[in-house]
Amino acid sequence: MTYDERLSNVSVLGAAGKMGSGILLLTAIEMTDLSLLPENKDKVFVLNAIDISDAALKGLIEYVRTQTRKFAEKKIVWLREMYKDNPKLVHNGEIIDDYINKVVQTIRPTKRVESAYDSYLIFEAVNENPDLKVKLFKQIDENNPNEPWFFTNTSSVPIHYLNEQANLEGRIIGFHFYNPPAVQKLVELIAADKTLPEIVEFARNYAKKLKKFVVNSNDFAGFIGNGHFMRDALYGIQTAEKLMNEQNYSFPEAVYAVNKVTQDFMIRPMGIFQLIDYVGVDVCKYIMSVMNPYLEDEDLHSDLLDKLFERKILGGQNSDGSQKDGFFKYEKGRIAAIYDFDKNEYIDVNPVAEKIDAELGDLPEGHVAWKKIIRDKNKDEKLAAYFKNLEKMDTLGASLAKQYLKNSGAIGLKLVSDGVANNETDVNNVMLTGFFHAYGPINNFLNWEEIK
Amino acid sequence: MNKKIYLTAGYNTISMGSGRKEFNPKKERPGIEHYVKEAGRAVVDKIGVENIDETVISNFNSSQYNNQANLPGYAPFIDEKLRYKPSTRVEGACGSGGLALATSFKFLMSGISDVILTLGFEVQNVMKAVYGADVLAAAGWYKHRKEGHAHFFPGQFSDRAGVYFEKYGRDYARKAFARWYRNAIENARLCPTAQEYHNTNPDLEKTALTEPNPKVFVENLNVYDCSKVSDGASAIAIMTEEGLKKCGIDKKDTVEVVAFAQAVDDITQRPYEPTRLLTTEHAVKLAMERAGITVNQIGTVEAHDCFTIAGVMAVEAIGLADYGKGAQYVYEGKTARDGEVPFNTTGGLIGWGHPVGATGVHQAVTIWEQLTGNAGDAQIEIKPERPYGMTINMGGDDKTVTCVIYKRPE
Repeated sequence: MTYDERLSNVSVLGAAGKMGSGILLLTAIEMTDLSLLPENKDKVFVLNAIDISDAALKGLIEYVRTQTRKFAEKKIVWLREMYKDNPKLVHNGEIIDDYINKVVQTIRPTKRVESAYDSYLIFEAVNENPDLKVKLFKQIDENNPNEPWFFTNTSSVPIHYLNEQANLEGRIIGFHFYNPPAVQKLVELIAADKTLPEIVEFARNYAKKLKKFVVNSNDFAGFIGNGHFMRDALYGIQTAEKLMNEQNYSFPEAVYAVNKVTQDFMIRPMGIFQLIDYVGVDVCKYIMSVMNPYLEDEDLHSDLLDKLFERKILGGQNSDGSQKDGFFKYEKGRIAAIYDFDKNEYIDVNPVAEKIDAELGDLPEGHVAWKKIIRDKNKDEKLAAYFKNLEKMDTLGASLAKQYLKNSGAIGLKLVSDGVANNETDVNNVMLTGFFHAYGPINNFLNWEEIK
Repeated sequence: MNKKIYLTAGYNTISMGSGRKEFNPKKERPGIEHYVKEAGRAVVDKIGVENIDETVISNFNSSQYNNQANLPGYAPFIDEKLRYKPSTRVEGACGSGGLALATSFKFLMSGISDVILTLGFEVQNVMKAVYGADVLAAAGWYKHRKEGHAHFFPGQFSDRAGVYFEKYGRDYARKAFARWYRNAIENARLCPTAQEYHNTNPDLEKTALTEPNPKVFVENLNVYDCSKVSDGASAIAIMTEEGLKKCGIDKKDTVEVVAFAQAVDDITQRPYEPTRLLTTEHAVKLAMERAGITVNQIGTVEAHDCFTIAGVMAVEAIGLADYGKGAQYVYEGKTARDGEVPFNTTGGLIGWGHPVGATGVHQAVTIWEQLTGNAGDAQIEIKPERPYGMTINMGGDDKTVTCVIYKRPE
């Protein structure tokens, strides 16, 4: 079966979700582009968008329309070439409109999983629930005569586990997009020991056509991305708990302090608690619980996340992309209030910020905001100089940052020594491209030996 | 010229668009009314509205950009005292402003008016460039659009550049394009209304030598070879001696029109000789004949550099260099502000900006500023042996051309 044939009938499971909608968009565009090639003129390309809610499927098409326009505008030179034999479509605007319609017409929104019985390729982006994934894979595979290939977007469940439980005989691969898939360049590619080589080859081609940056991860729960993030998040929670115990900080003060250190002192795109909110408290809790049984020498679990989950303090995003309340309450994307665990209510961020900023101390000299540094041509030199200044300081903020950086680096090195990542570069690349960090966690900016 | 005609009280708004610090494509911006009012008002206030006999307005394609036609009605919007007075809109694509000048001269020579408010404008930043290309394509023949490039006009001039490369050498020509770009930006940095006024790039020629990428743009040009997408208006008062008296304007504050010439070519035809601007050549030659001057007497030129290649070809069309030698002339700095004949002293279409329908008027304003010593930081020295200024405004791919020659009044 050729690449084009494999993509002639595809299903996306969980197509209306945050990840599923992006995967659907990119796949619909790739399929439409194939359909425009002269050799595919008479072929039909079908993309089933399968999800459980009519309401979400309704919004999905509008999302695809808006996003496809942006893609079409960028490749107008190529599109005009593809449309050159159609005398009716003359202007860029007409061609772009037609192209968007073609992309949308490729998509068949449905609630019926049976639609996937005709597909050659199944993308799975349902909840991070191993049992649900196995159930769907089994059901489709038993009813689909095409011996379809399964691409799972799981960020934590080992691929060999899914392969064995669903009896897929190696017709599965981990193809982990980052959020949002339409924008983020990174794909973690995870082949299980039994994954068929032709699937790996196809996956590489497909990722290349989507202009994605591929990092191979080995088949360990959480892979590289969550392998780092979940441990980094747990360290953040533990640091906050320590501040409560040792410095007598209140819950909001501790959360604010750690968030500030991880964002500003460490020059990251967001603080660790904001990132947990962005991903979702529930998602983080769930991923930890999926990963934890596979870990022998550590306990990747947070009572705090369990308690917040029970109280329905969940974070995550609304369908319009705005942030839901979690550790923080957001107004126009900015932190406006902090959750007070004891009182079970949100309190104004400003008085907390005023007190804690003073206790953390000033940012080291040479500080450049994350937004600026990522565009700076002399990024590495500026970061090196900044971290040298940080190293010399012993304010509370600087000390916390140094310990955090050291721990983050140690997590990265452990991913390599545990065999999750093939090398240090892969770990750094995942954090740079999947999490938009300005520098990899494994680095020589500080003298790590001396940080206690 | 059957009578003496003078230009005075010129005014340019900022040329707004990418490059200006205050430009944010995501935020709402002022529309036609803002630019027309600002430029029109500035001239009216200097010459007195009661002295104005009629208005000539140039614009390329507000029908498609802004859903607005019937533009003569913007005259009384500038000042209500222009109600019930004549107003005429002219259109010749990017050459619209030149047509406004020529039309104003003819109205004055007809004896029907003595004072004309001449104003050009365009507001282009209302759509993304990919759709703007469709609107601009109307300056070519509509039956050529389908086979044209996504970026239609860059495609047309890329084709011309391709032939020029083949005939005279690619590296040689591209170096001249880079020098043209550098001159344009350096001049724009001296003019506060220029779109590239805020440009701080330390190595302009290196930037301009970026290899063209036909996958995302055209084959032989990069974006630095192109004029800007702009919102802006320019206005100037054009009048007879009688008009000067009425308005109380001293001749030292004016420039005099020595001669002008218009020329058009068949919109349905492709360039006969891609490496030459034949229509421009014709208009320039005729204007110089009418003025009774030679090319060696021209002190400064505002040329229509919609693309760097058009600038190089204009140098040849004027006769400053032989065919194929225009690139060398430019590369050697002879069109720079301290060169033999300074071109586009406030940045031209690449540096100052190209609010399409305003450009021809903007060129006249720049010459008026230079010849009257009002060009501020952008002022060049006008040498006595080269006292004449020239504007060349070109619509489409060398189709609708107006050339005007100016001097300081005796």
